[in-house]
Amino acid sequence: MSEKRIRVLVAKPGLDGHDRGAKVIAQALRDGGMEVVYTGLRQTPEQIVSAALQEDVNVVGMSILSGAHATLFPQVVDLLKAQGAGDILVVGGGIIPEEDIPALKDAGISEVFGPGTPLENVVKYIKENVKN
Amino acid sequence: MFNQDQLDKIAAKKENWTAKLEATKKKRPERQTQFAVDSGVDINTVYTPLDLADMDYDRDLALPGEYPYTRGVQPNLYRGRLWTMRQYAGFGSAEETNQRFRYLLEQGQTGLSCAFDLPTQIGYDSDHPLAKGEIGKVGVAIDSLADMEILFDQIPLGKVSTSMTINAPAGVLLAMYIACAEKQGFNKSQINGTIQNDVIKEYICRGTYILPPEPSMRLISNIFEFCSKEIPQWNTISISGYHIREAGATAAQEIAFTLADGIAYVDAAIKAGLDADAFGPRLSFFFNAHLNFLEEVAKFRAARRVWAKIMRERFGAKNPRSWTLRFHTQTAGVSLTAQQPMVNIMRTAFEALSAVLGGTQSLHTNSYDEALALPCDESVMIALRTQQVIGYEIGVCDLVDPLGGSYYIESLTNALEEKAMDYISKIDALGGAVKAIEYMQKEIHNSAYQYQLAIDNNKKTVIGVNSFIMKDEEKPKGLLKVDLSVGDRQVAKLAKVKAERDNAKVESLLNKVREAAMSDANMIPVFVEAVREYATLGEICGVLRDVFGEYKQQIVF
Repeated sequence: MSEKRIRVLVAKPGLDGHDRGAKVIAQALRDGGMEVVYTGLRQTPEQIVSAALQEDVNVVGMSILSGAHATLFPQVVDLLKAQGAGDILVVGGGIIPEEDIPALKDAGISEVFGPGTPLENVVKYIKENVKN
Repeated sequence: MFNQDQLDKIAAKKENWTAKLEATKKKRPERQTQFAVDSGVDINTVYTPLDLADMDYDRDLALPGEYPYTRGVQPNLYRGRLWTMRQYAGFGSAEETNQRFRYLLEQGQTGLSCAFDLPTQIGYDSDHPLAKGEIGKVGVAIDSLADMEILFDQIPLGKVSTSMTINAPAGVLLAMYIACAEKQGFNKSQINGTIQNDVIKEYICRGTYILPPEPSMRLISNIFEFCSKEIPQWNTISISGYHIREAGATAAQEIAFTLADGIAYVDAAIKAGLDADAFGPRLSFFFNAHLNFLEEVAKFRAARRVWAKIMRERFGAKNPRSWTLRFHTQTAGVSLTAQQPMVNIMRTAFEALSAVLGGTQSLHTNSYDEALALPCDESVMIALRTQQVIGYEIGVCDLVDPLGGSYYIESLTNALEEKAMDYISKIDALGGAVKAIEYMQKEIHNSAYQYQLAIDNNKKTVIGVNSFIMKDEEKPKGLLKVDLSVGDRQVAKLAKVKAERDNAKVESLLNKVREAAMSDANMIPVFVEAVREYATLGEICGVLRDVFGEYKQQIVF
């Protein structure tokens, strides 16, 4: 690992208000030595991408429990690429049916963490896959 | 309850017994060095009259239906009528949800509970850009009275009671429900149901807020006043601990933060000139039923006693009906696992049993597949059957408060009351619930994080997640999928409504909404007038956003 700490944006796209998981993950990443910014609720893909660029993050982690992931996750990846920030690692979590995961991965979401995932798995995945 | 002589004898025996216990523990160490409930109350090996030495039966328990209602709000409870079995449902279009409602009623469900999609809950029509991807996902999409008419097609609103999980735009949805019942030929005094209408917990943890606190509290007081005059049996609010618990709160925090929100609503209504007894009897509550079975039973009993004291002693309510805490319960969504989902049936059954032993007025049991998707017909039926087993087969409904008098249950009820009162005093000192939103968010987040760490460190067992894991588990089949075309169909339907209605009339009624909002008038009658002419939810909420501005969340993390 380089000296530089990993910077992560934890984001809640869409209208879903369930942020228990997002905040718990954010805290775990922070306790895992990363710098974490949490967007708060109701973020559009545009707002998330603009925050990611402004905060100069290495990772964007998104959480959706409302079922809108298939629409919103890929939009964030596309917008990041359009802004020349395609090297940012994008991961997601929430209530995401298994059959939706291949399409999300094709769209550029590196990993999807479902219910029951131990916190350290998320921390480990990010440390191993982040591009500096 | 015991005289000093009896207590002394028990204490002497317990001393000898404790010596024996220590010897046993040396030979066979206990599974944990310490036992405690998540609310932070230590659990002793056994409870005796010594733990209840200060208890006064009349003051602390009394009989069911009598102040302070620890043992229940009615004298005979389920011996008269079982709780209302009310499964929360709603997805996709009004047509699909209407089918699910009618299916549930055919299966013996006794009341409806409607879930709305997020755009509806946040006051956006389906054609709003932010609605994209969310239409019909977590509930039914309702844009105008036209959708409501389909939603309740062939369901007589004068005879069925309906609970609507709607908060920030509750006044508008209530107006649509009234207009829909009238179209079916019922008078508004005949309708019966509940709107959630609890905006403070939206700020704290659920997220479907629209307006800042001040106009939100005014709208809530408007609803209290309107209903007390026009639909006296309507439950005007469901003050909700459910979501506070789901967000991570402990049982003691759930009681405290919910009742602190209740205090804020009562304060606001009294400030608006209403009498506590004019609206007090129609306040209702909504709690979670979580996994620690005995702690949950004690929680429901403690919540009833605390609220009775608040209404009587703090607000001086005179009508005993204002003192009673009537509540709906839902089993804990967070306790469901995506792994080995059938095990969720058992978790839900025990949680539901705690709610029944705690004296709930209505109950929703979660379906086993809800950590994966919205529930399918089969899983919903098993969830409903779980309630029917509790109600009809296992004998727990043949008497009131069967666990009352248990040394442990009474001791834990006291301990939870004490913990909850400590939190309520802290919130009072901060200036009340609205001022204490960030404080409550911090407390909830800390509890949520501790809970997750306990699972990750194997201090808390979750079957299928950190223990008894099955390799190569078979994936569940038949999960419900919301049809993706629902969004397009809903947008087309809305366009048709807007083209066919009398738009000049709608515009003048929206102006009337604006005038009412800018004056001190009660806004609900104007909402009813506007929705009757098919003014949409998004249009009415748009006017309110324009007049009052929007709430900006403080990010607490």
